[in-house]
Amino acid sequence: MTLAIKMSDVTFKYDSQSEPTLHHINLNIEQGERVLLSGPSGSGKTTLGQLLNGLIPHAYQGEITGDITINGHNIKDMSIFERSFDIGTVLQDTDTQFVGLTVAEDVAFALENDNVTHNELFSKVQQWAKIMELEELLRVAPQALSGGQKQRVAMAGVLIDDSPILLFDEPLASLDPASGHRMLALLDELQEKYHLTVIMIEHRLEDVLQHRLDRVVVLDRGVVTFDGTPDEILKTQALAQYGLAMPGYLQLLKLAGVSFDGLVNITNPAQITGPDVYDKLQILENSISRQNQTGSPTAESILTIQQLTFKYGKQSLFENIDVTLYEGELVALVGKNGSGKSTLSKLIAGFIKPTAGTMTLAGVGDLSGLPIKARADYIGYVSQNPNEMITQSIIYDEVASGLRLRGMSEEELKPRVYELLKLAGLYGMREWPITVLSYGQKKRLTIIAVLALAPKILILDEPTAGQDYANAQAIMSFVKHLNKQFNTTVMVITHDMSLMLSTTDRALVLVDGQLLADLTPASLLNDPHLVEQADLSITTVYELAQQYGLSNPAALTALIGKG
Amino acid sequence: MNNIFGYQPGKSIIHQLSGGTKLLIFLLLTISGMLSFDVRYLILLMIIAVVGLQVAGIRWRNVSTIVKFVAVFAAMNLLLIYLFAPQYGVKLFHTQTILFGSGRYALTLEQLFYEFIVLAKYFFSLPLALIFLLTTNPSEFAAGLNKIGLSYRISYAVALTLRYIPSVQQEFVMISHAQQARGFDMSSNVPLRQRIKGVFGILMPLVFSSLSKIDEVSRSMDLRRFGKEKKRSWYYEQKFKKQDWWFLLGIVILVMIEILLIKVTGSRFWYPFS
Amino acid sequence: MKQRKGLSTRSVVATGIGAAVFLILFKFVAIPTGIPNTQINVAEAWLSLLAAIFGPIVGGLVAFIGHALNDAISYGSVWWTWVIADALFGVVLGLAVKKMNLINGDLTTKKLVGFNVWQLVANLIAWSVIAPLGDVLIYSEPASKVFLQGFVSTGINFVSVGILGSLLLVAYNKTQVKQGSLKEKD
Ligand SMILES: Nc1ncnc2c1ncn2[C@@H]1O[C@H](COP(=O)(O)OP(=O)(O)OP(=O)(O)O)[C@@H](O)[C@H]1O
Ligand SMILES: Nc1ncnc2c1ncn2[C@@H]1O[C@H](COP(=O)(O)OP(=O)(O)OP(=O)(O)O)[C@@H](O)[C@H]1O
Ligand SMILES: [Mg+2]
Ligand SMILES: [Mg+2]
Repeated sequence: MTLAIKMSDVTFKYDSQSEPTLHHINLNIEQGERVLLSGPSGSGKTTLGQLLNGLIPHAYQGEITGDITINGHNIKDMSIFERSFDIGTVLQDTDTQFVGLTVAEDVAFALENDNVTHNELFSKVQQWAKIMELEELLRVAPQALSGGQKQRVAMAGVLIDDSPILLFDEPLASLDPASGHRMLALLDELQEKYHLTVIMIEHRLEDVLQHRLDRVVVLDRGVVTFDGTPDEILKTQALAQYGLAMPGYLQLLKLAGVSFDGLVNITNPAQITGPDVYDKLQILENSISRQNQTGSPTAESILTIQQLTFKYGKQSLFENIDVTLYEGELVALVGKNGSGKSTLSKLIAGFIKPTAGTMTLAGVGDLSGLPIKARADYIGYVSQNPNEMITQSIIYDEVASGLRLRGMSEEELKPRVYELLKLAGLYGMREWPITVLSYGQKKRLTIIAVLALAPKILILDEPTAGQDYANAQAIMSFVKHLNKQFNTTVMVITHDMSLMLSTTDRALVLVDGQLLADLTPASLLNDPHLVEQADLSITTVYELAQQYGLSNPAALTALIGKG
Repeated sequence: MNNIFGYQPGKSIIHQLSGGTKLLIFLLLTISGMLSFDVRYLILLMIIAVVGLQVAGIRWRNVSTIVKFVAVFAAMNLLLIYLFAPQYGVKLFHTQTILFGSGRYALTLEQLFYEFIVLAKYFFSLPLALIFLLTTNPSEFAAGLNKIGLSYRISYAVALTLRYIPSVQQEFVMISHAQQARGFDMSSNVPLRQRIKGVFGILMPLVFSSLSKIDEVSRSMDLRRFGKEKKRSWYYEQKFKKQDWWFLLGIVILVMIEILLIKVTGSRFWYPFS
Repeated sequence: MKQRKGLSTRSVVATGIGAAVFLILFKFVAIPTGIPNTQINVAEAWLSLLAAIFGPIVGGLVAFIGHALNDAISYGSVWWTWVIADALFGVVLGLAVKKMNLINGDLTTKKLVGFNVWQLVANLIAWSVIAPLGDVLIYSEPASKVFLQGFVSTGINFVSVGILGSLLLVAYNKTQVKQGSLKEKD
């Protein structure tokens, strides 16, 4: 059988770069395989994908050497249009993938461009709407869909081509864990039924592992550093070195001192076995049960929200909810896509006005009369999309602008800005234009630009979405540092459960405008009922604990979180 | 919601016309009304437009805001015309019938007649536009442009505009809030310099995110073969049906009536009182 | 790459999204100057940047689509003469500045002055000639009124583009880096 993809000794250099971005890539992918392409940010994953789907050289010019064949065709002679019949691409940002006014038009888009007859257009859209469960939504506009639904529309729009190879660039980044799993499960089914080859660029190894996965390819600085089965990469125990986070259950096993070499079914926490697993886990559990659990917070409350009610037009989102934030705490706000997390933060920041209810800030009093600008002196909100926040061209100015607007003199603000730039690792680049920064750097910049105003409360909306392991770690350790040094109260909105575990002390669970729970992150993840309601995912530690009959999975989860 | 048009689904015969037909009717009628200064013709159009409103089942409460707004706007324009050219009607119709007053601002019948014509123009085009906006599904609009002969690339550009207006608006609001939090002052009671600074604070992020959106969206359209063929089919395309042809015939007759009137009168201006 | 006929996909998207932004700015952002009914027009500044980046066709189409849609949804009628004048402004400016390469990262004072001279010319053609002339010929409005309106618009738009358009160009140019110019400092 011909290979789906064959790359021989491929080297690629962007015209604007002095050094190649990809070096001597040799990669063969068989028909029907599912391959995970991973590696640190900037390692060239997206570049590799673009080399396959034809955006290079269609949209980006550069020098390619070596040979690439897709389904046996040498791509040198193929335009981006011809290639799109062999390989369909689902981009990371479904908002930009979504070009139609309605779901139906977007699904039909590729066929419309082929000028197929109206009857065929109609029947194919119906067919794929049915498969992807979009029939009810065909007339709905993109803005009205949840993240998971958008992802399904984007997939339908690509699958309608019958292209045998699918390329996904970070499909999970903005989905809640349950939607992510549903998407992957659907993909399992489709792959089986239509004999698809799937290449997935993704940082979240732990989530991908729980579904079909045949191979893992790791890039680092443009070189393939690993190419093998999931079993093999997990056994190397050097995931961090490849820019990947180690799955929770393996962290626990490692902590217990289990040797990975003898493990069977290493990719599946519910079936994993090994010679010394049971004994070592027992020892670990016994040792922690004797340790004291950390006491409940005794801090003063800093923000009290009472009887908050809010409507979007006639649609009621919040009804009479109460939330209290405490001084100096790190709290996570979690819940499924579209449940109101961003809306709640905007209400707190004063971007939108509640229909009813009060918010009281310690030392200031009722917030309702305070305009946005005055509120920002106490409460800083960093939105999910850094591009919405950036006002200046140059990095230094971006951090300084809030202080300048508050009338601080240049000499006065300079040391403060420098200190913050150093904290964010941007000091050396302070005179660069902001556009050259990577997404993660931009995100850090927007955080310190808000911090320059020294707010008492900092709200971060999905600070690590789409970041690699090292960058996510860097952002979160930065946030922890702030929390310690300035006693800033921090609220983090996130879909990343291991991040919630490792950084926060408290979790607020918001589902469909209801505050379902207020508890520690570990106990949240060990409550299967709650997890299901909130569209989160159970930790792999929990599955492992069940398998070995351990009695205190919550404490075990907390253990790896802090480790 | 993709509803900047305020589209209201319905079952009337006007709803069932294809987007292309409605666009043609709208364009032909507004242009002929724009060119005509014949009160008889304008009143005819006004009657047709009002009947159209009834047929399309458009309710007053859906349109009251814009009607009031346009009324104020029209009144202002009429006043301006009177201020700048109080004897313009006299010039147009070559007679002068002073109703009262004297000198430059003497009120003449001709001026009143002229200003009435201008008013009539507003109030026939408004119902037409309302019918068009409220009964046309935005998705059919772009396909309609293509159907009546515009290139599909430009038609699709219009579709993209309609697609992105709500997104840009949301983004705009979000940016504006984030910048106010940063300390930009947007209120109108600060000095001009500061106001400009405030607006620039919104403009910059909006400009840069829109430019990068342009790049990303065009890549995603390339990947799905936009521009590959000479023609393009449309999911919301509608075939011209029998009623479409009847309506178009009616419009052709209306346009011919205008030409006839101009021929008979000898100019675009018709004045009964001379 | 093969050269295809018609607008490139990127120009189509620039037109579509550009017009959406134009409309939003037109409808929601205007800086009152203190003089009644005269506002600094932010949309025209965006239009001038687009014309400088994407050229005359995109510039003209953005103004045409954005202006016509805005008229239709805000006034219930499209004032065609002004729509066409606006489109012409985009085209003329796009043609004039195309060769000047305003967007490659080195925006000299000379280029900036050139840009402003041309935007003045384009504004004069659009608002002091085409728009009022069209109003007189087609809408048969009194000349004194429409020419005065035209002159006022010319002035306002010239100032708007002069301030905000120039600022945008400067900001845009700061983001265009030359190769090898980025080094970390201590
Ligand atoms: N259009 C471009 N022109 C020049 N250099 C580019 C371009 N796009 C990417 N690069 C560079 O190529 C390298 C690889 O980028 P790429 O986007 O492929 O990384 P990635 O592995 O997908 O990272 P991430 O996980 O952050 O998405 C980076 O150093 C980047 O700066
Ligand atoms: N401007 C708006 N107008 C009307 N409805 C809105 C608006 N913004 C959000 N919504 C709706 O309010 C609900 C909550 O949205 P919100 O963005 O707060 O969710 P979220 O929890 O942040 O979701 P995600 O995890 O996907 O970011 C959603 O159903 C959304 O469709
Ligand atoms: Mg990437
Ligand atoms: Mg959100």
